[in-house]
Order: sequence, then structure tokens, then C-alpha cells
Amino acid sequence: MNYIQVKNLSKSYSDIDALKDLSIDIEAGILFGILGPNGAGKSTLIKILATLVEPNSGEVFINNINLIKNPRKIRELIGYVAQDIALDKILTGRELLDFQSDLYHMKKKEKYERIKTLINQLEMNDWIDRKCGTYSGGMKRRIDLAAGLLHLPKVLILDEPTVGLDIESRNIIWQLLKDLKNDGMTIILSSHYLDEIDKLADSLVIIDAGKVIAQGKPALLKEKLGGDRITLKVREFSTQEESKKICEILSSIDGISRIIINKAQGYSVNFVVEKEKDLLTKLKVELAFSKFEIFSLTQSQPSLDDVYLQATGKTLLDAEISMTGKRDLKKESKQSMR
Amino acid sequence: MELKQYKLNFLYQETFALTKRLFIQLQRRPSTLLAGILQPIIWLFLFGALFSKAPEGFLPGVDSYGNFLGAGLIVFTAFSGALNSGLPLMFDREFGFLNRLLVAPLASRLSIVLSSFFYITILSFVQSIVIMIVSFILGYGWPDFYGLGIVFATLILLVLFVTAISLCLAFVLPGHIELIALIFVINLPLLFASTALAPISFMPNWLGWLASVNPLTFAIEPIRIAYTQTMNLELVALQAPYGDLTCKSCISILFSLTVFSLIIIRPLLNRKLN
Repeated sequence: MNYIQVKNLSKSYSDIDALKDLSIDIEAGILFGILGPNGAGKSTLIKILATLVEPNSGEVFINNINLIKNPRKIRELIGYVAQDIALDKILTGRELLDFQSDLYHMKKKEKYERIKTLINQLEMNDWIDRKCGTYSGGMKRRIDLAAGLLHLPKVLILDEPTVGLDIESRNIIWQLLKDLKNDGMTIILSSHYLDEIDKLADSLVIIDAGKVIAQGKPALLKEKLGGDRITLKVREFSTQEESKKICEILSSIDGISRIIINKAQGYSVNFVVEKEKDLLTKLKVELAFSKFEIFSLTQSQPSLDDVYLQATGKTLLDAEISMTGKRDLKKESKQSMR
Repeated sequence: MELKQYKLNFLYQETFALTKRLFIQLQRRPSTLLAGILQPIIWLFLFGALFSKAPEGFLPGVDSYGNFLGAGLIVFTAFSGALNSGLPLMFDREFGFLNRLLVAPLASRLSIVLSSFFYITILSFVQSIVIMIVSFILGYGWPDFYGLGIVFATLILLVLFVTAISLCLAFVLPGHIELIALIFVINLPLLFASTALAPISFMPNWLGWLASVNPLTFAIEPIRIAYTQTMNLELVALQAPYGDLTCKSCISILFSLTVFSLIIIRPLLNRKLN
């Protein structure tokens, strides 16, 4: 049985459905990625897993403990690193860790040893006794992560932990996550960075508009797409009709599959070509026959973005852009305030 | 039994940590404490000076206006401090720090409320003692031992009552701007509509009625008795339009208000914290 089971989870905030009948399973001891554009429902899912938000319907079990019925028991199992870092500016990093360890009822000796270990592990020695208000974004993230790890949780839940971080801090966090996973910790990491999830996750779920659109191991998801991914443009900005005609041409060629029109990228056409066949020459001939010239043609190995593109007809970047301005972050923050 | 002891130890550990955090904040930003002490002392000087040439017998039963004013300012200091007690919680809510507490396996989330109570009670006591010492230096008297006990018991009740309301507001209102605005609106009118600055006999009828149902008055009058007479709970402390109230009655009313406020905020705190 899976260590974490999320069953038919739904959550709405007044007029917005943040999660719609979402189900996922997570094995123990893996790094599980939650990928999706801003506004997809990642943070809501993470907050439910962290017992901060109660779902409208559905169930969550961690180690067979019902999260909704026994949130306190779940809190003993989890460590949570929020997207918005909330530190007490007046406290020093060490005082914050000391405070946090008391909330987890750690014994004096145990907490000092643990704090010392984490300070070394996250390379915080030089600034740990400075007030949190003086920390840079990377320092804040590291101290926040240390706070989430103090009590050695069985499950570490991180909501976009590397957003806006410098490379040094990001690498330190990535390395730590790998080490923690090797030590047997189950890690749930939400991100809208493809490379982060691709590099770190053993398994992942892709969420869009509160629904699961793909789930599995990154390599398998990419493999399912078949051969190389081609992005074709016959003009910089084509029309929909033009792209539809190209789709018809492509669909007549044996070995080309999964043809979709990417509206957000000037009606470019994306498709998959079987690895063994040299189809590009044939493609050029067919296009020329219909009086189309190739404006641009890019060929790439399938990525997680392609998995997203295949399911939604848009890239993650396009989805991010289309969400810009649509979200009322202030309202969302008020709605999630206790 | 052992499990209960564990829970109690955990509750103590987390409440101590939360209270300690508030005191570290106070130590590093002492302006709130200093302002809370300075303001009533300035009032004591200015109001004392303003009425220093008032005719003898101007206020029945007291030697000077300062002697009368002391009780009002002690209560006002504790009241203002307690009214502001919701602010740290509101900031924790707004900046997400509260989530850090809510994600932790606290033995009881009551510790979040308890820590605010402890902090404000200790802070109010420190401020009140400073004002009492200044009043004494200015020659406005010092209560006897029994009276001192009544002063502190009354202050504890008032602080509990007002802190409960302030914490409640910190959970109900959308942000700190609204909370500060409400504190601003409540603070001075409640002071002026009490017997802090003048006795009921000086007030127009409508204001006399307001003052005699104002919780601050029920705290001020027993403390005033402690300052001006040998403390006796059966002494008449308040001559209200609806009848005379003894010290005991005033403290009983304050006690009932405190218990009532703690009962009514419980469901809200349960809903917000669980």
C-alpha cells in the first residue's frame, strides 16, 4: 500500500475551484514532485497535506492515518516549508530554531545537537546568530528549511522552495533533499520549475486547473510520448486555418503522431516523430507540395513540458503567462488566512 | 495518568516558548513598553497640574486630584496594553507565522492564547507598578497590603477580559489596519466614558449612565478605594444612577464579564485554531 494516499480531493474558495476530485498515491522514501503552472492548485494541495486547509471533500491518509480525522498525529509526521517564508524578524536564526524545536517538544540535549547539525548541513554558521530580518532570500529559505527538518519528520512537504533563489542556495537545498531522500525520508516538492522536478523527482504528478493531467515516473511519462518532439512553424505567426491545413498534411505521413496546435506560440504545430524513421525530408516535400515553406523547425528530446503540452495544448510557460493578471493574490492570501 | 502528565509538560514547554518569543520581541523593541509607561505618567503630571489649584473639597474623599487620578491611570494603562494584545497575533496571521504554529503538533493550541495572556498580564503589571511608584513619589499615596492585593486582582480580571476581546478581534478582523483603527476608536472614548478622570457626580445624566456600565469603571473604583481608604470589600465604591455598588459588587461584575468573555470567545478560537 502507498505511504500517502490522496483520494478524490476537492477544495473551492468562494467562486474558485482550486482542486477537483484529485487523487494521487505516493510511495514511501521517494521524492515526489508536484508540477503545474501558478494557480494550478499546487499550494492548496500542499496546504491540505500540511493540515492547514481542510478540503471540501475527499480523504488523505499518511501512513494509514486519516489526515482529516487525526491532524495532530499527522503533524508529528510531517515537516512543512511554506512558499511564503514567515520568519520572526526580531529573532536570530538560532532563536527561531530553538523556538521551533520547543513547539515540537524536543528535549534540551536533543534540540541543541539537532540545531548544530542543521547549521552545519545547511552552511549557516556565519550568519545564524544574526536577526532573521537581515537575511537574504537564500538565507531565509535555508533557515526555514532547517526549521521544517528539526524534528526529523517522516514526510517533508515543500511548497516551491527554490523560487527566486540564488544558485548557491538552490544547489545546497537540492543536495540536502537528495541526502534526505537517501536517508529514507519521503519528500513532497511542489514546483513550477521543470528542470527542478526533472532532476530531483522519482515520481510526479502534473496538475492543471485543479486536476491531475499526468502521473508517474518522469522517464516513463516522457517515454510515453514516443520519439523526438518537433515544433514546426511555416510563418512567424500563422493563422489557425493555416495550422489546421498543416495538421492535415502531417497526419497523412506515416510515423508522425500526437499532432497539436500551440495557439500561444503563434499557432505553431507540435508533433512526435518515430525515432527510427527519417521523416523530415518527406515532411519538407509534402509541405512544399502544398506551397508551404518552413519558417522554423526545432527538434528535441521529450521533456516534462511536452507531457504538459500534450495534455493541455499549451506549454507551462504559456500557462504561466495566461494566468498573469488573472489571480488576485491578495484575495487568495486573505482566503487562506486562519 | 502518565499521558496527561506528558501533555501538561508539552503544554508548558510550548507556552513557555511562545511567551519567551513575545518577551524577546519586547526586549529588542522596548518602545511599546516605554510608551505604555510614559503616556500615563505624562497624563498624571499634566492632569495633576491642571487641577492643582482646584478648591478644597472639590472631590469628596480625596486629598488631591492626583490622588483621584492614579486609579484611573493604572486601569487605563492595563486596559490599553490588553487592548493591543491582539496585534502580535494579527501580525502572525497576516505574515504567515501563525501557520508555523498551526503545523506543529502542539499539545493544545490554547498555548497560543495562554502565552498572550501571560505576556500582557506581566507587561501590564510592570507598567502599573511603575505608575504606582511615580504616583507615590508625587505624593498621591500607596495602598495598604490588602488594598495592593485588590489592585492586582482587579487588574488581572480586567486584563483577562480585554485580552480575550482583543484576541477575538485579531481573528475576526481582516487585517492589522482594521484592528488598529478599532483600538483607536475604542480606547479614548472608553476612558472618557468612565470614572477615570472625573466622578459620576460631575457628569451629565447620560454620561453618568454610560460610565456606570463601563467595565473600566468597575475596575477603577475598587482600586480608588484601595488608594483613598482602608480597604474593605463592603465599602460603597460606585454611586451609580441605578444604585450603590460596593467594591465586592464591582469586582464580581468584572469577574462575571471576564468569565463571560472567555466563554464566548472559545467557539471562535476553536474554529480558528482547530
